Amino acid sequence: MNRTQLTEKLKTIITPYANNIQALETLEEDTDFINDLNINSANLVDIILDIEEQFNIVIDNTDMERMLTVRASLDIIETKLSTQ
Amino acid sequence: MNKRVVITGLGVVAPNGTGVPAFTHALKNGLSGIRHDGQLQELGFSCQIAGKPVITDVQLSAAFSELELRAFNSSGIMYGVIAGLEAWKDAGLLPAIEEPDWHSGTVFGSGSSGVEKLRESFYKIDEKQTRRLGSNVVMQTMSSGVSAYLGGKLGLGNQVTTNSSACTTGAESILMAYERIKNGHAKRMLAGSTSDSGPYIWAGFDAMRVCTYKHNDDPEKGSRPMSATASGFVPGSGAGALVLEDMDTALNRGATIYAEVLGGNINSGGQRGGGSMTAPNGAAVQRCIKDALANAGITAKDVDAINGHLTATTKDGAEIENWAVALERSGVDFPFINAVKATTGHCLSGAGSIESVAAILQIKYQCIFPNVNCEDIHPAIAAVINPSRIPTVLINTEINIIAKASFGFGDVNACVLFKKFES
Repeated sequence: MNRTQLTEKLKTIITPYANNIQALETLEEDTDFINDLNINSANLVDIILDIEEQFNIVIDNTDMERMLTVRASLDIIETKLSTQ
Repeated sequence: MNKRVVITGLGVVAPNGTGVPAFTHALKNGLSGIRHDGQLQELGFSCQIAGKPVITDVQLSAAFSELELRAFNSSGIMYGVIAGLEAWKDAGLLPAIEEPDWHSGTVFGSGSSGVEKLRESFYKIDEKQTRRLGSNVVMQTMSSGVSAYLGGKLGLGNQVTTNSSACTTGAESILMAYERIKNGHAKRMLAGSTSDSGPYIWAGFDAMRVCTYKHNDDPEKGSRPMSATASGFVPGSGAGALVLEDMDTALNRGATIYAEVLGGNINSGGQRGGGSMTAPNGAAVQRCIKDALANAGITAKDVDAINGHLTATTKDGAEIENWAVALERSGVDFPFINAVKATTGHCLSGAGSIESVAAILQIKYQCIFPNVNCEDIHPAIAAVINPSRIPTVLINTEINIIAKASFGFGDVNACVLFKKFES
């Protein structure tokens, strides 16, 4: 799966949690989950669980704390997928 | 400062009607919401009938966002939020936009919260899957979940809390909200209470053998308050909600006023003098009623009707006796009395508020809703009050003041007095 396909898949996962639809439509690597997409911080754990399920990977607490932007999330997902 | 407090909005999610129009129709026509419950049968309950509200997808999605409904499994919060939002809308009020509404709050009670969600969580925890619980367990299982959801949806900026006092919870929430407005701490309070549905909330009662096991084949006949053949209560669930408002605030905004909250009383029998964890101390019940009248500034003869606690257990006779002694009225002089639980079952922590909504509707429509399933009045009750005081058909009559009482485990009592509004 290339970076564009990963981004699309990630976008689908975060869509139900995003409260700023405009920022979601123009989603890019710098997009910040809380500041741009206005996602409730409590929902970040739900996004991580959905990512784990969709990609069949396990994300530990340290990685999870870094997953606040699209870029950081993609980096971590890519790393996890490559080590499988 | 002693503000007068009025009721300007009503909402209800009851086994025999979701929404005030459906509930009113059911009460006027004696329609039951008690049905056979396949899950209770499958689980081997003695009592396999129950009162469970019916909620449509449209009603659900009007109250909750798609995100909120993901992994949502708390029927009590669902009922409470739907009823609370209906009451707010009925009062002609809108949710706060940016700034919280500092003058409005809620006291919305519950017995417990999200037992199904807890059950789901316990399994995951025991399977060492705690990290997979997701973010929504706490909000759905904390007792104050229902008031927290409502506070957020309405933007309430005054006190947002949940009270809990078993089957007294609903009546207590109204009195707590009333006092807050009366004392000038809030202009408007959403009062109400809710109870979860399902086997995990009802099992403890079934195990205590306090529910009827004799009507699994004829559910609508199962809940028989005041009847000689009453054989235990039918478990129910649901929520009732009432917007209480400072009278001047309500009049200034031209709100529809259903009734005035004249006052009331909350007490406990201390589990002394015949009272226990599960049985009421009769002297405390009588005192609660008498103190409620005094607090409201009325006398016993002013009471036109009683909306009883009356659960369809052997305690109904004692309740009637307590009313008669407290009011010093018996025979044909006893006020009209009715028991909502005949058609809803015992909605536990939701009961007091659902039944208070029914009491207010009797003032609105100037009527007494029919009592059902008590064509065979219990002899101990017939010995104290004249059967004409327990109408089995809808009666149109002048209702100025109605007394509502609820009693609960822990030997706790509450009595509220509602009056037809005159400015």
